[in-house]
Amino acid sequence: MEHIAIADQVHELHHPKSWFTTYIWSQDHKVIAVQYTITAVSVGLVALGMSLLMRLQLGFPDTFSFIAPYEYYQYVTMHGMIMVIYLLTALFLGGFGNYLIPLMLGARDMVFPYLNMLSFWVYLLAVIVLMASFFIPGGPTGAGWTLYPPQAILAGTPGADGGIFLMLVSLAIFIIAFTMGGLNYVVTVLQARTRGMTLMRMPLTIWAIFTATVLGLLAFPALFVSAVMMSLDMKLGTSFFMPAILSMGETLDHDGGSPILFQHLFWFFGHPEVYIVALPAFGLVSDVLSCHARKSIFGYRMMVWAILAIGGISFVVWAHHMYVSGMNPYFGFFFATTTLIIAIPTAIKVYNWVLTLWRGNIHLTVPMLFAIAFIFTFIHGGLTGLFLGNVIVDVPLSDTYFVVAHFHMVMGVSPVLVVFAALYHWFPKITGKMFNKTLGMIHFWLTFLGTYAIYLPMHYLGFLGVPRRYYALGSTDFIPESAQTLNAGITVAALIVGTAQLVFIVNMIWSMSKGKKAGSNPWGATTLEWQTPDTPPKHGNWGPTLPVVHRWAYDYSVPGAKRDFIPQNEPEEDASASGNRD
Amino acid sequence: MIVTLAFLVVVAIIVVWWLLPQNLTAKPWLAHGPIEDPRPERDFATAKIGLWVFLAVVSSVFALFVSAYSIRMELADWNPLPDPKLLWINTGVLLLSSAAFQRARNATQREQLHGVRTSLIAAGILTFAFLAGQLLVWRQLNASGYFIYANPANAFFYLITALHGLHLLGGLWVWSRTTYKVFSGAEASKIALSVELCTIYWHYLLLVWLALFGLLLST
Repeated sequence: MEHIAIADQVHELHHPKSWFTTYIWSQDHKVIAVQYTITAVSVGLVALGMSLLMRLQLGFPDTFSFIAPYEYYQYVTMHGMIMVIYLLTALFLGGFGNYLIPLMLGARDMVFPYLNMLSFWVYLLAVIVLMASFFIPGGPTGAGWTLYPPQAILAGTPGADGGIFLMLVSLAIFIIAFTMGGLNYVVTVLQARTRGMTLMRMPLTIWAIFTATVLGLLAFPALFVSAVMMSLDMKLGTSFFMPAILSMGETLDHDGGSPILFQHLFWFFGHPEVYIVALPAFGLVSDVLSCHARKSIFGYRMMVWAILAIGGISFVVWAHHMYVSGMNPYFGFFFATTTLIIAIPTAIKVYNWVLTLWRGNIHLTVPMLFAIAFIFTFIHGGLTGLFLGNVIVDVPLSDTYFVVAHFHMVMGVSPVLVVFAALYHWFPKITGKMFNKTLGMIHFWLTFLGTYAIYLPMHYLGFLGVPRRYYALGSTDFIPESAQTLNAGITVAALIVGTAQLVFIVNMIWSMSKGKKAGSNPWGATTLEWQTPDTPPKHGNWGPTLPVVHRWAYDYSVPGAKRDFIPQNEPEEDASASGNRD
Repeated sequence: MIVTLAFLVVVAIIVVWWLLPQNLTAKPWLAHGPIEDPRPERDFATAKIGLWVFLAVVSSVFALFVSAYSIRMELADWNPLPDPKLLWINTGVLLLSSAAFQRARNATQREQLHGVRTSLIAAGILTFAFLAGQLLVWRQLNASGYFIYANPANAFFYLITALHGLHLLGGLWVWSRTTYKVFSGAEASKIALSVELCTIYWHYLLLVWLALFGLLLST
């Protein structure tokens, strides 16, 4: 069959003409990726700051007069929403997706570069609208990141005047941005793979980002729909979600709406969202582990099938977030079963990561440390997920710190550790410079041990029955004094971890200009992005001709080969020291 | 959520249909060399695949609205709307605009530029007429006291028709660009893809409208 790779012809590329179109209004996927990453990390730092303020309040109640109860709820809400959507989703798909998809597939760019550029700018608009809610009267919404009606739009909830509306508008804008980007990621994988890059030769990063994007394209509409309907309830007085309510002595005009309907829509998005964040992390960590263990990924086919299975099943587990909302016990049984079933492909992946390390030639580089740390935190958070997946365990634990510990371990700390692994791993390709290893090590140990010091004790707080979402515990009979001591300790750990992130930022900024030159393939990796003619890759990525793929992405330590890795684009005759190796 | 789950099953079937010939059981660590793989999608234009993926996203939005509609409908305060006669006329107009696009597409295949022009203009005018007709329905309903906040059935009617209309408006923006290209003297072969994409989009929105109209009539 004749091969038609997109942008195969150099003249078809959009060539930037000025500094402005090269670095700002750019259609180059690499620039867009960096724009996405910087924006996401910046807004993530705001969310990190808010979590530290929350911890100050929890660790040392009645000490900080500048944290009022309604502000505390605003921090809770904004921290959650920013971290899940504006940081992790944007960073994994908009950042890593944009950078790696064309490079790993051997394409010159995304298939719709203009749309791709718009995607970033619309995303930025969503962030600006969200941040604007800090500066309006009443401030941002404090409804909790799940934004459950009716309370989200009722007087008395922080930000019920304007903050919640800006949040809904911002989410709708974000979803438009995501759709623009998502179309690019999916169609680029379908259409722009270079010659020889069959699906089963794609690195797991691409499989994971591809599947996560499909999930996002199908699931984000549910958030869109619920945001639109809630806005109408708020602004036009409809009753999609709003039941008849007596609020502050006044009967409201709403009547008959169903808050449970909102929960169904929200979690129909919300659960796939967990995997929209987790799958890219799975993919990236697979590639980092394999490269730094100098060993092929264990069970590549199984890994691909597991990604697809997780993607499929993730659409039929949503109501496990609603056990305490009241539901038919048979539904509860169904969703508990699907929840436990999704643990099977996930466990396969975990076993395969561990078996990839088994008898590998492990290099404990900074990215590798973060990748191995991810296996720890993910197993930890995954196991508590098995607890909570069962209705009978979930009901008593649902409103306690056990849940906070669970989801932070599984979809907070774990993906973030992969973000760091990936940023350290690809930093030399993106900037052409090497980061400072000592600073990287300091950052790793403080972050890894620190996050354990934060979240491990929270499980015990949960068992004690310490409720989540509370501004202050006050005096209770069932919570011992020591719980407060534990809370203070957690706060100290959180402050240390938060500060440790400055080491990372300083390292990145300093290394970008002052770091040692990295060379084109410092880790000895096989995938195509490390085989570009220039580092950092220039516009169009590949010079005059596209690479041709001769093998899969995991030829590490192949017996008889002249090096301990064989790049994907290396023909058979060049790879072996003595001609044929088979 | 039955409708949405049914939609997801359809998506899953398409995904499986696409994945099956991709040789997912291959052992990639064995085969070397620049092997070609079966990729039927390469027979399609990239923009067309992009459009189909986009339509899947839009379908997800509409499926979710229909799910929400059917869940909310079960509650006690649901009071169905009358079915304005005008909606039947609007449906006919939208059908004609879709047919006009089909004519334009056929004309591009025969490279009859004149036919392309007249059909495109007709399609655009008919679409505007449909949108005007929908606004008229809104006015009629409002005049008879069926306000958006009065009942969830009304709210869903306004919301769903508005959303469908907005999608048509977005389509009209692309239509205007395509028409401009045709009238500024582009060759028939150059505009074939644009006209085809518009035609697919209009047929799709016609189908969505028929489904929504059927839902409104039957409830």
